[in-house]
Amino acid sequence: MHHIYCPYCEETREEEEYSYTGEAHIERPKDPAAITDEAWGDYLFFRSNPRGIHHEMWYHAAGCRRYFNVTRNTQSYEIHETYKMGKLPTVTAKTIAADTLAAQQGDAS
Amino acid sequence: MSQVNRLAAGGRIDRSKPMSFSFNGKTFQGFHGDTLASALLANGVGIVGRSFKYSRARGILGHGAEEPNALMQLHQGNAAVPNPRATQVELFDGLVSGSTNGWPSVEFDLMEWVGKIGGKLMPPGFYYKTFMAPQKMWMTYEKFIRKAAGFGKLSLEPDPDTYDKLNVHCDVMVVGAGPAGLAAALEAGRSGKRVIIVDEQNEFGGTLLASNQTVDGVDAAAWAEQATTELVGMANVTVMPRTTAFGYYDHNFVCALERRTDHISPVSVSGSRQRLHRIRAHQVILATGAIERPLVFGNNDLPGIMLANSVSTYINRYAVVPGHRCIVMTTNDTGYQTALDIQAAGRTVVAVVDSRHAPDGRLVQAAKAAGIEVMTGHGVIEAQGSQRVTGAIVAPLDETGDKLTGTGKTLSCDLIAVAGGWSPVVHLSCHTGSRPVWQDDVAGFVPGPTIQNQHLAGAITGEYRLSEALNAGIKAGAAAAGTESAQVFNCGDESEGAAQALYLVPHTKPSSRAPKQFVDFQNDVTAAGIELAAREGFQSIEHVKRYTAMGFGTDQGKTGNVNGMAIVAKTLNKSIAETGTTIFRPAYTPVTFGALGGRDIGVLLDPARHTAMHPWHLANGAAFENVGQWKRPWYFPQAGETMQQTLNRECLAVRNSVGILDASTLGKIDIQGKDAREFLNRVYTNAWSKLAPGKCRYGLMLKEDGMIFDDGVTACLNDQHFLMTTTSGGAAAVLGWLELWHQTEWPELEVYFTSVTDQWATCSFAGPNSRKVLEKLCTDVDLCAEAMKFMDYREGTVAGIQSRIFRISFTGELSFEVNVPADQGHYMWKKLMEAGEEFGITPYGTESMHVLRAEKGFIIAGQDTDGSMTPYDCLMGWAVGKTKEFSFLGERSFSRPDTARADRKQLVGLKPKDPTVVIPEGSQIVMDPNQPIPMDMMGHVTSSYWSECLGHGIAMGTVKGGSERMGETVYCPQADGRVLAAEICSPVFYDPKGDHHND
Repeated sequence: MHHIYCPYCEETREEEEYSYTGEAHIERPKDPAAITDEAWGDYLFFRSNPRGIHHEMWYHAAGCRRYFNVTRNTQSYEIHETYKMGKLPTVTAKTIAADTLAAQQGDAS
Repeated sequence: MSQVNRLAAGGRIDRSKPMSFSFNGKTFQGFHGDTLASALLANGVGIVGRSFKYSRARGILGHGAEEPNALMQLHQGNAAVPNPRATQVELFDGLVSGSTNGWPSVEFDLMEWVGKIGGKLMPPGFYYKTFMAPQKMWMTYEKFIRKAAGFGKLSLEPDPDTYDKLNVHCDVMVVGAGPAGLAAALEAGRSGKRVIIVDEQNEFGGTLLASNQTVDGVDAAAWAEQATTELVGMANVTVMPRTTAFGYYDHNFVCALERRTDHISPVSVSGSRQRLHRIRAHQVILATGAIERPLVFGNNDLPGIMLANSVSTYINRYAVVPGHRCIVMTTNDTGYQTALDIQAAGRTVVAVVDSRHAPDGRLVQAAKAAGIEVMTGHGVIEAQGSQRVTGAIVAPLDETGDKLTGTGKTLSCDLIAVAGGWSPVVHLSCHTGSRPVWQDDVAGFVPGPTIQNQHLAGAITGEYRLSEALNAGIKAGAAAAGTESAQVFNCGDESEGAAQALYLVPHTKPSSRAPKQFVDFQNDVTAAGIELAAREGFQSIEHVKRYTAMGFGTDQGKTGNVNGMAIVAKTLNKSIAETGTTIFRPAYTPVTFGALGGRDIGVLLDPARHTAMHPWHLANGAAFENVGQWKRPWYFPQAGETMQQTLNRECLAVRNSVGILDASTLGKIDIQGKDAREFLNRVYTNAWSKLAPGKCRYGLMLKEDGMIFDDGVTACLNDQHFLMTTTSGGAAAVLGWLELWHQTEWPELEVYFTSVTDQWATCSFAGPNSRKVLEKLCTDVDLCAEAMKFMDYREGTVAGIQSRIFRISFTGELSFEVNVPADQGHYMWKKLMEAGEEFGITPYGTESMHVLRAEKGFIIAGQDTDGSMTPYDCLMGWAVGKTKEFSFLGERSFSRPDTARADRKQLVGLKPKDPTVVIPEGSQIVMDPNQPIPMDMMGHVTSSYWSECLGHGIAMGTVKGGSERMGETVYCPQADGRVLAAEICSPVFYDPKGDHHND
């Protein structure tokens, strides 16, 4: 069971207080009428399903009722960070890969 | 009956407290401190059960959680407990126990003959292969197979015990109170951190309790007592014996089951029987130890063949020697300790049979010095005996242990103690997804890398010496507590010889022809079976597991897995590291459903929500229906009425005079802010820009895919204040939905949402006389048709209470809803009943509400829609704003090709051809009932009722292209063979022009 830090409550609470609400950073097209059916379909239905780092939204339903973002490893369930709506993640698949590479090079030298 | 195998002195039992117990109807004596297993062995009971598949006689193999055979049926009547291991059942006076299987008895079992005759015919996959066809017969076969195989039996009566749960937090959680766990807890506890230490046994100490060793010169068991006393004395340390950490979950969450009264009586005399601890720990130390492996040789499942370390435990801890003439078969030094223990207990050690050719450790020398015969480079290749071991065939092995190098000879014995090496208890470390890794030098799997804040200490790491366990415990405790310690223990156990890895003792015949060589005792998996599975093409260890059932059940492969995996690897010419292991899942040992349920059963299973008027409904005989968590009056039967008669009466009262409904459960969301109106524009399909204060509007809420998700009426209280109603079940989801859009996409809008469902009670009364009722109670609002029109909202005083009055209708009749603060809801209801008495005001429930709304063709979101219906599919294009500036949620999806198709399923009315028929809801709709199955299904019936006011059945349903099919006949074939015909019509059956609600 996850133990999740709510960036608004500034407390780590049990998963039971939260609900998962899907991939983060999916922006609603500004002018839906202006885009193609295909682009609208992408927005509606297509989500990344990575094995590894995933940015996702959680809702503190039994707490402050705020939505926030979580960077979580879908394989290990490690939570790297949680951050407020409107902010960008500091941990991404890229930064993790770079860190790993740096660590390997550090080992090699 | 005498305790033939009980020693006169020694052990940790209390001879001053004799206890009487029964097993399979016979009475025996044991002592306080015994387990059921040690007491049975003390009394010379050999056979405790029958095996799962072949019904072979089985005795006790181990002494703890690893025991695969001695599954018991405990207690009687409603206290019956199926399948606990005798090795984990503490004896108490009057304990009633029995085997879980065996017919007519465990000593003489008829199924054994089936096993013997059919054994060769029951390879792995037997059931899949034999009972595969015809498929529909499987259910019949299964019934008999289960009966023949079954273990313990549950009571069908309610459990007389209570259980509870505790949520706990700590800095350091220590699992296991053997030497490593005790040392770790001491170190962490001394730092002042909050520590929890659990152990599944009644006493802390683990292997220390049956050890002949010393810790810094102190007797091992005495040291364990000292350590435990120190821990108990620390205010920051919680000490929990009889507690099994059975599951280790993400982010250092550990679940542990505490058995509080199982050792006292069948049913708890006071307090809960068991408690589930849900522990969130900053750091977890796994000191779960290791389990000894049996050796795989012919007939190695005979009663009288036991794990060597268990034999030592029975002797040293329980003062029980389970045999008279003993052979120890070992691949490592620890077996010699057992030989020494047996000899010290005054029984005969026939020989130590060591697969190694030149063992020379401390214990080997000690055994030789004690005059024990040691046969090096030999193995027991087959046990003899029928109901109990009577002898062993011992033969010389080559250096690798793979081949026999000579002929065997038979030694007579009644106990074979087997020491096949150790398997670290990695189960918990696997629960969080970490894969264990094979370590050749350990000859076992050890925990792999993990992301948990996890530390390991002791035998779980493959380090089996006592001093190492203690020292590793100190280190782990320090690491977890963030302290440093230089403490080092001395146990005089530095020199130990290397163990040999021997997973299958060779036989003169190949495994397929040799006497059965068991790998997994609980699931009757043999070496031959595993080899066959590999030959049949099962290469992945996970597939072998599922094909042979190795490691299944309550056993979870505790004794058998490593031997089995090694046999798979060898058959496939791979290393064990390459073959890998299956993953262990929770629970480590079985957990009662009672504990998992705790107090959350019966009325506490789920909260029940009651409206303010609930006492009135109860007093007036309402039948209730669950709507989400709400208890809503379903109908109000009067004496002698059938349900249908009640509905007919209630519906006619609304149509002809006035009826009253408790509508308090409808979700109510208070929406305020200068951008509230704009927000509504975006989330609803229709336009809200021009809705004046004092007006209400029905709105449809869509998901972005254009499908209806919820509906309800929203009133404009003033320009910046709206009151939204939602479906009763959808209130929380709608609030979350509004928050989602506000917080993630439109935070610039100044708008606030508050759930006020519980704050307001709602009386909805409908019918031609409803205005007259209200007029009697409300004098400060002009209620006449011209002043207060349909869909108007007013604030006023009703029965002296400041109220919100809506003129809205879900019945098609003239109708009002009065909202009052919840604490006045009951009073308001009673006042309306009084005022309506002269008009025969009739309370009605949700069922009549459904009938009344269906007569009008009003949908219920979630019943007539299912997440695949657009407003157009529901013929509600009138509720969609065509000229709204902002592209409201879902609008763009209307023009997607699939959403715009003309032949989508559309909502229609269905009038049964036979007016007396009510078509069952959920019926499938076809155009031609005579077509072959599978038929071309056109849709289904979503709502269907008897309409008393119309005098015939009515239904709503979805039909492909339904709006273009008015007047066509459709058919609903039923499971009973009837075919019900209906005509497609408008869903508005009653008052299509809406004259009534506009009155």
